[in-house]
Amino acid sequence: MRRSMLFLPGNAPNMIINGGTLRADSVILDLEDSVAPGEKDAARILVRNALRTVDFGCETIVRINSLDSEFYEEDLKEIVPCAPGAIMPPKSSRREDILRLDDMIERIEEENYMKKGKIKLIPLIETALGVENAFEIASSCGRVTAIFLGGEDLSADLRCKRTKSGEEILYARERIVCAARAAGVEVYDTPFTDAFDDEGLIADAKLAKSLGFSGKAAVAPRHVYAINEIFSPTKEEIDYAKEVMGVIEEAHRLGKGAASLHGKMIDPPIVERARLVLEAAESAERRGFDE
Amino acid sequence: MSKVVGSLREAISAAGLRDGMTVSFHHHLRSGDYVINMVMNEIAAMGIKNLTVNASSLFDVHAPLAEHIKSGVITKIITDYMSAGLGKYISAGIMEQPVEFMTHGGRPTAIMQGKTPIDVAFVAAPAADGDGNCTGKIGRSACGSLGYAFADAEYAKKTIIITDGLCEKLEEPSIDGKFVDFVVCADEIGDPRGIVSGTTTITRDPVGLIMARDAADVIKYSGLLKEGFSFQTGAGGASLAAAKFLMDIMLEEKIRGSFGLGGITGYMVDMLRAGCFEELRDVQCFDLKAVESIRTDPRHHEIGAFEYASPANGHAWVNSLDAVILGATEIDTDFNVNVHTDSAGIIMGGSGGHSDTAAGAKLAMVIAPLFRARQPIITDRVNCISTPGKDIDVLVTQYGIAVNPKNEELRDRLIRAHMPVVSIEELKAKAESLCGVPKALEHGERVVAKVIGRSGEVQDLIYRKK
Repeated sequence: MRRSMLFLPGNAPNMIINGGTLRADSVILDLEDSVAPGEKDAARILVRNALRTVDFGCETIVRINSLDSEFYEEDLKEIVPCAPGAIMPPKSSRREDILRLDDMIERIEEENYMKKGKIKLIPLIETALGVENAFEIASSCGRVTAIFLGGEDLSADLRCKRTKSGEEILYARERIVCAARAAGVEVYDTPFTDAFDDEGLIADAKLAKSLGFSGKAAVAPRHVYAINEIFSPTKEEIDYAKEVMGVIEEAHRLGKGAASLHGKMIDPPIVERARLVLEAAESAERRGFDE
Repeated sequence: MSKVVGSLREAISAAGLRDGMTVSFHHHLRSGDYVINMVMNEIAAMGIKNLTVNASSLFDVHAPLAEHIKSGVITKIITDYMSAGLGKYISAGIMEQPVEFMTHGGRPTAIMQGKTPIDVAFVAAPAADGDGNCTGKIGRSACGSLGYAFADAEYAKKTIIITDGLCEKLEEPSIDGKFVDFVVCADEIGDPRGIVSGTTTITRDPVGLIMARDAADVIKYSGLLKEGFSFQTGAGGASLAAAKFLMDIMLEEKIRGSFGLGGITGYMVDMLRAGCFEELRDVQCFDLKAVESIRTDPRHHEIGAFEYASPANGHAWVNSLDAVILGATEIDTDFNVNVHTDSAGIIMGGSGGHSDTAAGAKLAMVIAPLFRARQPIITDRVNCISTPGKDIDVLVTQYGIAVNPKNEELRDRLIRAHMPVVSIEELKAKAESLCGVPKALEHGERVVAKVIGRSGEVQDLIYRKK
């Protein structure tokens, strides 16, 4: 379960070495925007070595350079053999891009005697075309486990100003949530970029949660805690989910086809939702006495 | 009759200071202090030699004392803390007799019991009247509490107040004029910028914030955070952040504590004002907000070092502490903590109230990053035992929380709360997997300092740098 995904610049050893301690559910080791063109090779080596030697204690994702750059093939050659949890291709705009990437990864997996398909893909959707093709991208291949919205590049592509309240990306947010859910994959929201505006972050993360996002990325480590809080199920949600499961089990035991709770029918979507909440609660390992 | 004399030299002569005696100082003016250097320069100019300096702490601003050591004016130092400015000279071996490090509670005890008698106490005071009544709460050099000077003023054979704020009769002095023999006026006793910081701010370092949050959660789940809770923390960035997170928890859970103790920062004042505590017990103010609070808020009380932390005082405030957050330069697998020397073995600190609060508090927590630069902080044996491991309950690092095996209950509670509990050996292995195993420090033969434990025994020795 990914509530938070924290970006770590691929050329900052100090941040990488402590990256696993910052309580993010995933870390994104970045080879793209946080690394200047002249430092791409150094960052690639650093990230490769970090994947081999540092125990992050959480999922590792590598954001490679975009498929229209001169760097991404070399990125894949170095990174895939280190078996990160996922590769994040930026500026994903077409289904064909993802399929091409899938092929390339598979080839490298074969060459290195790796289990095929284990490395997942989390396409970063940050172009107008990508938003419009979100469902195709999300359902393009089995490797795609989630899609992720990038608000900064997207607003540039839309030729509008990126704001804290985010009206300009509301359509894109709703569309990619819908596309991801239709394709049966997870969906992550763009980072909030003002590191020291805690209230702004909380409002932005709550909005994303209300729209259906599974989690949110962060560029500032100090945002991770609030994001984890907001995307963890609340005590009320967990209690309700437990009640639902209890009622359903009881109904099954008695051989009843239908069940109700507080006078309301419990239908399959409610049961599925309860199951997801309990699963999320377990993996979030929320702190608190089990009394 | 006014006790004001015309000059510092006149006061020193009138006090009868001679070769071989002991002079004492407090450290409430911290890095802004002018008084120690001013007095020692005058004493040196008068040709007096072979003195013992007993100072509650010595900061970088006191590095010029090295010259007085070399020239034989100072031949022995007793202190609770010495920063690297002077510490590097001591570690290089410029002094024949070892420095004696005490604790903030041990020092006044030894003075009162006559083990470290003081001939002349020099008390810097931001405000004083002609009778010698003085306080730190007002004046251009205001520093707040004068708690570390109480025993000195009361028990020294002669007490000299040095002030840059001579005023009319002080009604509620910190130190009563009956203990004072002479008052000397100085143009300036210190630099206000170094005396208290304008604002002490919490860290922005993400790793520091992670540790601070865990520290606050350790307190939350320790079982101690309930009505009447008492707390002390240091002024370091992560400790302050922990206080901030603790305040959030206390407000959310509507817990009203009893007292906040120690060196007091603006964050503790915020906690008082927000209703987290009924009162503050203040032996030293760290920032302007604390100074303003001790001057104006009747719930903010000044206390002396004996009252604060003396091992001979069963009612010392440290003994009623629920939780204290402490730092460490090194900690070993037996939880012994070093706060005296740096990774090269050079003197750069001291216990201050570390050992006293650790011994007294129900929960003594150390917060430290697993490594600094490329040095792991966990070792098999610390280079200097400042606070014995038996008094430390838990170590919080960014890589996990290690509970001292002696406190099984705490360990169980933290595990039940899903906190990242690991053994200290695992933390050490983690640090060494990232930084390698550092080569053991080699030191010279000569002892340059003795660390005196709370009960007066020699707890450890610090050797000359090789």
